[in-house]
Amino acid sequence: MSDPVIRVSGIRNAYGPVVAVDDVSFDVRRGEIFGLVGPNGAGKTTTMECLEGLRAPDRGAISVLGLDPFRAGTALKVRIGVQLQEAQLQKRIKVGEAVRFWASLYPAPVDAGVLLEQLGLREKRNAWFMTLSGGQKQRLFIALALINDPEVVFLDELTTGLDPQARRAIWDLVRGIRDRGKTVVLTTHLMEEAERLCDRVAIIEHGLVVDVDTPRGLVARHSPERLVVVATADASARERFLALPGVEAVDADGPSMTIRGRSASLVADVIQCVSRHGITVTDFHTVVPSLEDVFLRLTGRSIRD
Amino acid sequence: MRGLWQLTWLEIKIFVREPLGLFGTVGIPVLVFLVLGRLMRGAAAPASPEETFLRTGLPVLAAILMETSAVVSLVTIIAIYRESGILKRLRASPLHPATILTAHVLVKLLLTTVTLALLLAAGRRYYAPETPGEIIAFAAALLFSTVGVLSIGFLIASLVPTARFAQPLAGVIFYPMIALSGLFFPIAALPPWLRVAARVMPMTYAVSLLQGVWRGNPLTSHLWDIVAIALFGLVFTALASRVFKWE
Repeated sequence: MSDPVIRVSGIRNAYGPVVAVDDVSFDVRRGEIFGLVGPNGAGKTTTMECLEGLRAPDRGAISVLGLDPFRAGTALKVRIGVQLQEAQLQKRIKVGEAVRFWASLYPAPVDAGVLLEQLGLREKRNAWFMTLSGGQKQRLFIALALINDPEVVFLDELTTGLDPQARRAIWDLVRGIRDRGKTVVLTTHLMEEAERLCDRVAIIEHGLVVDVDTPRGLVARHSPERLVVVATADASARERFLALPGVEAVDADGPSMTIRGRSASLVADVIQCVSRHGITVTDFHTVVPSLEDVFLRLTGRSIRD
Repeated sequence: MRGLWQLTWLEIKIFVREPLGLFGTVGIPVLVFLVLGRLMRGAAAPASPEETFLRTGLPVLAAILMETSAVVSLVTIIAIYRESGILKRLRASPLHPATILTAHVLVKLLLTTVTLALLLAAGRRYYAPETPGEIIAFAAALLFSTVGVLSIGFLIASLVPTARFAQPLAGVIFYPMIALSGLFFPIAALPPWLRVAARVMPMTYAVSLLQGVWRGNPLTSHLWDIVAIALFGLVFTALASRVFKWE
């Protein structure tokens, strides 16, 4: 389960004076969805292209399925599946033609018809590429990335430009790929996508890996703060909450109070306090910090900046 | 070369689905041939220079137009494929780079053959070709020199940044080559420096080969032209493979 299928150690890649990837290292384990997360221009795509063998790093070493991607050539290409960022096909190629042509390039392809069915493209098999919607194009590129039954699948900015519904459908597809035993490496600048889809993520910024862990592990490590929001008309409530152990602050906003703290038992403590003092509560919820908060904390800026 | 036939067949189908491209490649040479032929037939007296051009120059001009449009079309397609990331996507597959270019060359050769067949059929009344053997020799000369000239296309395609530059650049390179190729003025009548320029252009040898074969010379009497075209083809292909950019 935990033997790495991909090993990246200390790679660097510069375009002239612009350093896209400065120093990136990480391992990807068999059967996981691994995300490279960071803002646009952080070096995710360049890293990805090094893994896919499209680019040779200036320095450092990469091993994908035990091979050097840039030198291995066809020996590796038949074992991996690739979806590139903002890729296109010939405008007037039909969906079915594209899938059958790609299938003909590999020694042991999966059945093209079954694949189109799985990706919901069967009715579109005679449609020209140029007539497809954004979501349909992405599903076609996923089909092309899966046509050779690859061991590792690379997906670069898979859901960029898709509406939320299409995005969720694609997430389900990617989980299905993992559940069939494949390893998935993806890049995204959407924190929600990383959090919901990835088993582990590497946060990348300015060509450097800031940290690698499960989304939950990153949140626990970098944003241990918990928030409990209580709505009450009880004037004494604020003092009582402030007296609880581990509570750092209570911000009141009208009847709504936000209790901040770091103790693991914060939620239980607040509930006990409410029941012990008979505080009448009209609303109660907790706010769990997200990967977005982690990113903000680690890089000092929001990913949307 | 896995995937070569599949890709060639696919690219033929895709090309035929775009009516404008098909008209430009197949239609224009045939139209030029027919319109000029009709205009000049009425005006030309027997044994006049016009009549000579009509008999041997015009078919060769049509052939050169076919080759030029093949190059412009190849350069444009490669530029579009590069710009839109199709080349990059193909490169991430096991497809060999040479297979991609070879498939496009085969498509162009097929279109050239179709165009030639249409041309001969359409011009039958004006220029009855002497024997089927000569038609085959002319077709062979045409296809061979098309490959040679397409190699310039590889080089242009390797260098142009975007599809918008591809067509004008191909024009700027090709029209002077055609003008100096000996098709309109004998090369011996050119000033010495232009004569040198004509000698270092592959089009000059293509015209010499096509004219000779159309007049009835056997291919073997144009060995020097054939060697020159092959040399140009090898040099341009080698240069292109060194400077080619995928993205």
